[in-house]
Amino acid sequence: MEISPLGDSALLIRIAENFDDAPEDALNKVLGAKRSLEVAKIPGVIEIAPAYTTAAIFYDPVRAIDAGAPAEEVVGWFERRIREALSKEDFGRADRGEKTPIEIPVCYESEFAFDLEDLARRAGLDLEEVVDLHCGAEYRVHCVGFTAGFPFLGGMPRKLATPRRDVPRKAIPAGSVAIGGAQTGIYPVKSPGGWNVIGRTPLRLFDPQKDPPALLRAGDRVRFRSITREEFERSTT
Amino acid sequence: MKATAIRAGFLTSVQDLGRTGFRQFGVSLGGALDPHALRVANLLAGNNESAAGLEITFGGLRIQFADERLIVWCGGEFKARIGPTSLDAGHPALVRAGEEFSIESRALGCRAWLAISGGVDVPLVLGSRSADLRAGFGGVNGRPLRDSEEFPLGENPQRAKLLIDQLRAEKIARWKPPHDWSSTARRTPRLRYIRGVDWTRFNDVAIQRFATEPFIVSPDSDRMGIRLDGPRLERREDVDLLSEAVAPGTVQVPPSGQPILLLNDCQTIGGYPKIAHVITVDLPIATQLCPGDRVHFTEVSIADAHTLLLERERNLEQFRRGLESHFK
Repeated sequence: MEISPLGDSALLIRIAENFDDAPEDALNKVLGAKRSLEVAKIPGVIEIAPAYTTAAIFYDPVRAIDAGAPAEEVVGWFERRIREALSKEDFGRADRGEKTPIEIPVCYESEFAFDLEDLARRAGLDLEEVVDLHCGAEYRVHCVGFTAGFPFLGGMPRKLATPRRDVPRKAIPAGSVAIGGAQTGIYPVKSPGGWNVIGRTPLRLFDPQKDPPALLRAGDRVRFRSITREEFERSTT
Repeated sequence: MKATAIRAGFLTSVQDLGRTGFRQFGVSLGGALDPHALRVANLLAGNNESAAGLEITFGGLRIQFADERLIVWCGGEFKARIGPTSLDAGHPALVRAGEEFSIESRALGCRAWLAISGGVDVPLVLGSRSADLRAGFGGVNGRPLRDSEEFPLGENPQRAKLLIDQLRAEKIARWKPPHDWSSTARRTPRLRYIRGVDWTRFNDVAIQRFATEPFIVSPDSDRMGIRLDGPRLERREDVDLLSEAVAPGTVQVPPSGQPILLLNDCQTIGGYPKIAHVITVDLPIATQLCPGDRVHFTEVSIADAHTLLLERERNLEQFRRGLESHFK
């Protein structure tokens, strides 16, 4: 486990060596480590942010020094506490991942699915096959980021993998469900983006008035369900 | 209990010390790009140091106050006035009901932070009043201030009231904080950094160039980051990296080889290699960089970064105690 300074107020902890070979394992380790670090309540720690194979600890150096860390050795002081926190527990299991999948309704009709036809043609599938494949799989949130609440979902059938568009769109509407490489994701707020848009969900993925503000977090299991235009309209009103 | 932005200027937004605890949901830190400047201004305005103020980019702001307030601004070198009277950075000043504060042409730097006694009293969203301009929430309706827009102010704190009484005659206090706290722009900016997580992924030429050659600030810079044009920084090998956390101060290098220095509104994660991290005490200098400015980078140790930060915090603590005894 490698611990490196991410500037003078954060540390990056590399918890798993590799992600793509064993995503479930990496994810469980990283989320377990995040939980152990939260439980450890190391003085000066502000928050912990997981992403794929790493967890970042954001800290306030002055609070750490006030809690006894030598000013010239803050990183070493944290490193010892991090290693101690992570040695205590078997952090191989993450409970959120064992819950039932969260269902995301998606309308795949053409007015929302800007790139569905192109994507289907590339994959040598017809539109229904793409939708069936996309809805048939169970996904896991590998990471949340890019914009507030944007979930990067792993577990997509390989046949649907499609490179990002050469020229990103300036504005992708909120709720757009899209494919970028081997991952699928959902744009929570209107933003620029280069992923291939294949549908839209009426669900709100990010609501700053709620705590937690994001519908999905790393580790969650997700399934998509195809809905009609009428169902989409009903859910948004 | 309000003020009106008669002219909102190029980009003025409500900012406090930012949002923490929500990075795992992809929410940026946000907040004043120079939190130290806002803290100093707030303390001088009789506020709690974390009160929300205004971040002003490139000036052009005119505000009219509906009641008596104490105001203080810190940041780049701007021409600022209350009515016809000029107001220098760092000096607490009294504005009366109906009076106007304006911040106009800049001589150096590009941003200023204005603290108003009572603070800008927009609702807390996820623990902060800061406008998150990318996600569109916080501040005033999740966006920059507009011309003729009113914004709410909190009640004048006791400390501000005391100073307001003291300033009835002279209006502008003669004292100010240390010059480099209130005026943060530098004529020859040099940013100190510690080595980045991906330092060893860059080739020797890239490392050498990063540490010695000047970089020019690109016009394509904003609250997310400062884009720099300069020598192309190349990696030893071209491997795709998994996204991982980034932070304000991170210098990441996209395939173009032109580095980007990330600021508070940056994404929470990024997949570009990180060559360096600018130290916290030097970020105020970075936030004053304007398109066309030249900037150099110099390496320091992380122990130095922490010692410098500790020293600054201790000085601010002393300053705070000094003000408290003054206001008693």
